[in-house]
Amino acid sequence: MDDIREALMLGRQSDGKPVRRPLSPHLQVYRPQITSVLSIMHRFSGMALAAGTLLLVAWLVAAASSPAAFARVQGFIASPIGWLLLFGWTAALYFHLLNGIRHLAWDLGCGFEKPEYHRSGWMVVIATAVLTVLTWIVGLAIW
Amino acid sequence: MTESALGQSGTHSRRVMRSSLALARGLGAAHSGVTHWWVQRLTAVALVPLSLWFIVAMLHLLGAGQPEVARWLQHPINAVLLLCLILASFQHMQLGLQVIIEDYVHNKLTQLATLLVMKAITLLLALSAIIAALKLAFSQ
Ligand code: HEM
Repeated sequence: MDDIREALMLGRQSDGKPVRRPLSPHLQVYRPQITSVLSIMHRFSGMALAAGTLLLVAWLVAAASSPAAFARVQGFIASPIGWLLLFGWTAALYFHLLNGIRHLAWDLGCGFEKPEYHRSGWMVVIATAVLTVLTWIVGLAIW
Repeated sequence: MTESALGQSGTHSRRVMRSSLALARGLGAAHSGVTHWWVQRLTAVALVPLSLWFIVAMLHLLGAGQPEVARWLQHPINAVLLLCLILASFQHMQLGLQVIIEDYVHNKLTQLATLLVMKAITLLLALSAIIAALKLAFSQ
């Protein structure tokens, strides 16, 4: 036993045979809910934003190096893969930002009632979609 | 000393000399947990306006060439806000990734190695972004 939490996973079958019980909540049989889905999405979007910093650093370093290096990075960003990454980054940023505000409200002790956190969760989903699409409409209009 | 005396003092010292505190050390947050939590919230709050400003700035710079980006960063307000964004997001990211690594990498040695690599990469990325931003900001 190298993890102390395994002590909680010991169980016995009806014939007395010891078994290793699954970690709770057992995700394979746990019905996805807005609360749990947004919770893991916060983690995924945080990781996506972490990956996105690579693009930001490449963009800045290229701009500081030479106009030719900058043109190469701009070319990558304007390619189909670049667009896809940029779209994903926009959505991840809006989601993480909005759901992050939800987290900060909880830290202040607000929004803990069941109808409240269900409503705020769906508001985050809708606002993420609206802001992402709006940003891209504005962006494509300027481009 | 005889062998049995050695063995005895061995068990003896393990049972008596190791306090409960020594056994608990290293398992918890060791007093750095509150700072970690607090800095993650402070950077999160700072990142709300900074990220929104950054999105607007990027829309403004869409399709711009290198000279336009340099000119944009030569404006002190843009340079200061971009540096704030860089500092806040890399600090916030580093704290967040630390929690994720601590959650999923259980082996103590692998966990330490993963954390150190992650922190080193974060530092290199942050310094690259800062130096690049400063160079552009001070360019003619
Ligand atoms: C835009 C404003 C942002 C806000 C309001 C925000 C808010 C938060 C909050 C409140 C948490 C803690 C969640 C928890 O307790 O589980 C968090 C976690 C995290 N954030 Fe952010 N964040 C923002 C931007 C960013 C950025 C730009 C990055 C990456 C560069 C990032 C990466 C992460 C990561 C990796 C975590 C850890 C997720 C986890 O533990 O599951 N965040 N964020």
